Formats: sequence, structure tokens, C-alpha cells
Amino acid sequence: MTDVVEDRSPQVRRTVVKTLVVLAGMFGFAFALVPLYDVFCQVTGLNGKTSTSAQTLVHEEVDTERTVTMQFVTRGSAGLPWKLEAHSRQVRVHPGQSTEVYFTFRNLGDQALVARAVPSVTPSPASLHLRKLACFCFDNQRLAPGESFEAPLVFQLTRDLPEEIKTVTLVYTLYPQDQGPDVAVATVADGAPGSDKGRRPASGEDPGGEA
Amino acid sequence: MASLPPKHRLESSASEASSAGHDEHHYRPGGLMRWVLTTNHKEIGTLYLIFSLTMFLIGGVFALVVRAELFQPGLQLVQPEFFNQMTTMHGLIMVFGAVMPAFVGLANWMVPLQIGAPDMALPRLNNFSFWLLPIAFTLMLSTLFMPGGAPNFGWTFYAPLSTTYAPPSTTFFILSLHIAGISSILGAINIIATILNLRAPGMRLMDMTLFVWTWLITAFLLIAVMPVLAGVVTMMLMDINFGTSFFNAGGGGDPVLFQHLFWFFGHPEVYIMILPAFGIVSVIIPTFARKRLFGYASMVYATASIAILSFLVWAHHMFVVGLPLVAELFFMYSTMLIAVPTGVKVFNWITTLFRGSISFEPAMLFAIAFVVLFTIGGFSGLMLAISPADFQYHDTYFVVAHFHYVLVPGAVFSIMAGVYYWLPKWTGHYPHLRLSQWHFWLSMIGVNLTFFPMHFSGLAGMPRRIPDYSLQFADFNMLSSIGAFMFGFSQLLFVVIVIMCVRGGKKAPAKAWDGAEDLEWTVPSPAPLHTFEHPPQYRPVEH
Repeated sequence: MTDVVEDRSPQVRRTVVKTLVVLAGMFGFAFALVPLYDVFCQVTGLNGKTSTSAQTLVHEEVDTERTVTMQFVTRGSAGLPWKLEAHSRQVRVHPGQSTEVYFTFRNLGDQALVARAVPSVTPSPASLHLRKLACFCFDNQRLAPGESFEAPLVFQLTRDLPEEIKTVTLVYTLYPQDQGPDVAVATVADGAPGSDKGRRPASGEDPGGEA
Repeated sequence: MASLPPKHRLESSASEASSAGHDEHHYRPGGLMRWVLTTNHKEIGTLYLIFSLTMFLIGGVFALVVRAELFQPGLQLVQPEFFNQMTTMHGLIMVFGAVMPAFVGLANWMVPLQIGAPDMALPRLNNFSFWLLPIAFTLMLSTLFMPGGAPNFGWTFYAPLSTTYAPPSTTFFILSLHIAGISSILGAINIIATILNLRAPGMRLMDMTLFVWTWLITAFLLIAVMPVLAGVVTMMLMDINFGTSFFNAGGGGDPVLFQHLFWFFGHPEVYIMILPAFGIVSVIIPTFARKRLFGYASMVYATASIAILSFLVWAHHMFVVGLPLVAELFFMYSTMLIAVPTGVKVFNWITTLFRGSISFEPAMLFAIAFVVLFTIGGFSGLMLAISPADFQYHDTYFVVAHFHYVLVPGAVFSIMAGVYYWLPKWTGHYPHLRLSQWHFWLSMIGVNLTFFPMHFSGLAGMPRRIPDYSLQFADFNMLSSIGAFMFGFSQLLFVVIVIMCVRGGKKAPAKAWDGAEDLEWTVPSPAPLHTFEHPPQYRPVEH
């Protein structure tokens, strides 16, 4: 037994070193996939994310031949007593045309909070052709209790939007954001569904009845 | 599974001649410490198998809680929150605690014996990788008693369900997966080092048995994907505790990324649980058909192709997340491509049986049931691979039926077949024939009664992981529950058979089965603690 093991232990060591290298490589690869995924999605538009900063208008002639329905959907977040409303649920636009629509943020809770509306586009290939000149989604919003705030979205669907896309849905989901380093943890914890902080009215539709 | 290895009997060990060379074996702790400190591949294999059987029974109890609740529509026995913990823990325990350690245990016992090696290449690492497992699973099971309960988000632990909305015990769950993952990785390194370096002189790679081959390939899969699992759970840990946003859309992350990463690990993982099963069946069927395995080389290449393809199909678990058309088509076709090498394997097994001189020992019964029932699971897998059809099947009991057909009468039956096949080698006794036949038929009927009706309830639209269901599913669910209890309780018979076999029974010769030709049948039964201290004279078999 020993003679065999001794004979082969350098080989065993080599095998082990090789497998350890592969192992470390795969662990790194898992983390490398995170930025790779983001780049891949940015190039292909596959995850429906839009640009996170203002883009310029592409000056092209308006394609009056085609009309695309642009729908706006807004969603709240559990634990965040805010309401986000689109003034118009849907507009019909021509590719190339720039359009302005308004949204209202309302803090229905009893404390000042910071949140951000995170956009998502369906169908996802359309996200490459949606240019935003101005959007509240580029920044965090801070609202005092009961405060409301009207914000514009200026966008353009470029003319190279694929022919088969007739309807584009833009969804804004509100997410609570860290308010600063000192209260960061509390905010995250309060965002959990089990939150019993008396912020419940948030999740529903209407409790702003008397507001 | 739970066989105790034979006591160390010097007279049956060929070690005297060379005993000067391994003094470390002269001091042998007795009692409990013998097992804690053992570096012997047979003892560690036994420990793995006992651990796996224990987890199998615990995970089985969780499954029976689920099936008892689903016996009738409405909520009778448990709260929905607890039901979710049961489905989650059942999946986690069975995948990581029962099936994977059972295969590692079989590899520990049989790989050195089948390649003519004296032990595993790294015996102390072997001891360490086993003892990580009880720690990992004690930690995982302890979450059941923590405030907020155990993980309740399904065994696939999709974020943000497992991050933002998870119970506080999730951090312990992550730690336990890390430990179990390290254990699997160390086990895989050991198996690769053993197979590549310690083969008997003259044994080429293409002379190895298929069990050794499939384990070599499985070990490479483990090396490739367990680090990805470790990465994913580390990201979850950071999202939960350190305020990162890998999977949190509010902070710029993407929950779909979680699913990509998880299934990049997860799909190779399901092959990690089935490739060694292919290997076991590929050694059992030739033995009891008394023929050489048909298409040995094609079996090896088919196994390797399945392993490579497993990295290219992960998104078929995610057809409904909103993939672009091109991706749906790519993953649909690449998934269907896997049916080709799998079909080669099933064809080879059947052709090995063809005109064989077949006898139906318990191991063979389980192996044949494996071929038939695994193929059923494979076909429902093909149905699920069809992306447009998957939109209907997704997250229904049809999926549950599919993966239980490949995992229970697939992986679990192959493990039982392996146990019945090798018990004479482990204990020196044949398992009780009548009782094993009873065990087989009760399991066979129980398993089909449990999982076959799930195809129908799934096609009719019953969703997974919900403790209640509408009335039209009542009959199918009652059948499934009766079958589940039948299958569950018949495993107690299995425990009895194994214990009886350890304690006594018909004596087995070195070559316990008529048609068994591999190297392990050249050492005495029960296999002495030390075997092949001098490499055996290996004569290549013509494949």
C-alpha cells in the first residue's frame, strides 16, 4: 500500500492543485457573471432595463405611419406607504415623436422617506428604443409625511423600434432607498413584509381618502 | 445502506507482509473515536451511507407531512407557513443530504475496490469531508426551531423570496449550504485524485467500470458548479446582511439574475444526482443478464455529452421569466438534444438485456425498475422542454411528477439497487431474499401510486407548493397520499433488511453474483478493512 501511495503522491498533488485552480476559477466566474450579465442585458436590452441617466432626443422625422400604444403601470412596495400615479394610463405615440407625461408621488405615511421608482419595459427589446430625456427615475425622491410631488417623464420611441411591437408597457415600481448611512439598516428592515411599524396603509390603494 | 463494516481482522487482511510500511494503522482507537477518526475508505463509505439513510428518513417524514396535509382539500393538519417549510426542507434534505451523500458513500466504498486501489488518494481529507455533513445538516435542521421558522421559499430559494422576504433563519441555511458544498467539493477532489492516479497497473481509463467513469464525470461537474452555488449563496448573504443589491431591483440588481446563476448550478446539479445512478445500473444489468455491457464506449461518451450539455440548458427552468424568443428556442432545442445521449444509454441497457440469461435478484429488480421509470421521467422531461407547452406545465404538479420520477425511481432506486448488489461484499451475507422482494414491490407500487397521478393533477392545473387545492383534484391527491405513505413505510422494511444483513444471513462467497466480473469481486466477502495493499494483477477485459 505505502509504496503505491508514495510513488503516486506527486501525481495526486498535481491533480489536487489542478482541481483547486478550476475551483477558484469557477468561484470567480460566478461573481464575474454579475457584471457580465449586466453588460449583456445592456447590449441586448433583454432585462427591460432603461438607461439610468438622461439621454438626448434623437432628431428624426416623426413616423406618422405607425402608432404605438405606450402604457404606464405603477406599483408600490410592501412597507413603503407611498403612492405613485400616472396621470394618463396610456398614450398613443408615433415613433420619433417626443412626449411628456406626468406622474404624482404621494407619501401617505407619517414619516419622511426616500424611495425611487425603478423602471422596467415590456417587451424587453423595446427598452433599447425608449429614450428618456427627463425622468424622475434617475434620482431618489424624498417626501415629507403627506407631501405630494408631480414629476414629468419626457420620452421618445426611436423610429427603429421593431415593426412587430405595437404596445410598449413601462412599469415603475417604488422601492424604499437608504436614507443615509445611519438609518440605512432600519429602512431595509422596515421594508420587509413582516413590518409591523404601522405603515400598512401603504400597500393598498386608497387610504388617502381624507388627504 | 447502513451496513457496519467488518471488524478489523488481521488474519483476513493481507497486511502483515508490509506492515512495517504503515505504522499509523497499528494504533486504532476503539469505540466511537474509531468512527470519528477513521481514514479508511470503507468505514467512511459506511458513515456516508448511514448518514444518507438517516437524512432520507427525515426528509421522508417531511414529505409525509406534506402528503398528509394534501390528503384532502382544505387545511387540516398544518398551517400554510409550516407547509412551506416542509416542502422546502424536504427538497433540501433529499437533494443535499440524502441523494448526494449516498452516491459519495458508494463511491468511497466501491471506487477503490473497482480500480484496485488500497484506499482513497486523500484519506484524511475524506474523513473531514464526511464530518462536515452532520454539522451542515444539524445546522439546517435546527432552523426548524428558530424564531420565524425554517426556510420556506422552496428548495430553489429564489431571490427576493429568499432575501428580502426570507425568515431570519436564512443566514443559517446559507451557512449550512456552504458547509455541505465544501464537503461535496472535497469529496469530488478526492474521487478525481483517486481515479486518475491510483488505478491498478495496466488499467486504462477505458477499462474502468461505468460506475467509476460516471463518478469521474460527476466529480468534474461538482468541481465546476458547487463554487457557483457557493457564489450565489454568498451573494444572498451579502444582500441580506450587508446591504448589497445583487438581486434587489430597488438597488439596481436583478432577481432574474438569481435564477440564471442558480440554474447554472442547478441543472448540472440534477445530473450530479443521476449520472452515478447510470453507472450503478450499468454494472448491475450486465451482471444479472450475464452478458458484457452493450456499447461500453458509447456509454462513456454519452455520459460525457450529457455532462457537457448540462451547462447549456439551464434556462429551460426559466421559460416563463420573459426570455426573448431566440433564447426560448435555443434552450428548447439544446434541452431536447440531451435526449439523444440519454436515449443511447437506455438503448444500451435494453440491448444488454436482449438475449441475456436474466435472473431477477433484488438488485436487478431495482435496476430494471430504474430503466423503465427513469425513462418515463425522461419523457415527461421532454414534454417540459417544449417551451410553449411549458407555459402550461410550469409550476404545476406535472413538474413535481417529472422530477420525482427521475429522482425517486431514478436516483433513489439506483442507490437501493447498488446497496442490494454490494451488501454481500460489505457484510459477507446476502440480504433476506423474500423481504427484499417485498421491499421492492411495495416501493414500486408505492412510488407509482404517489407520482403517476401527479401528472394528471398537474396537467389539470394544480399548482406546486400550495397546501390547499380545489375540489376537482381531490381524488388524484388522495391516491398520491396513500401511495406516499405506502412508499414511506416500506422503507422501514429496507432498514430492517439492512440491519438483518449486517447481523447475519446466508454467507456470500467472494464472487457473490454469478455474472459479476469486476475487481471488487476478487476480494473476500466481507471485504477486509485493507484491500489491494499490493496492486492486483489486472487483465484488461475486452469491451
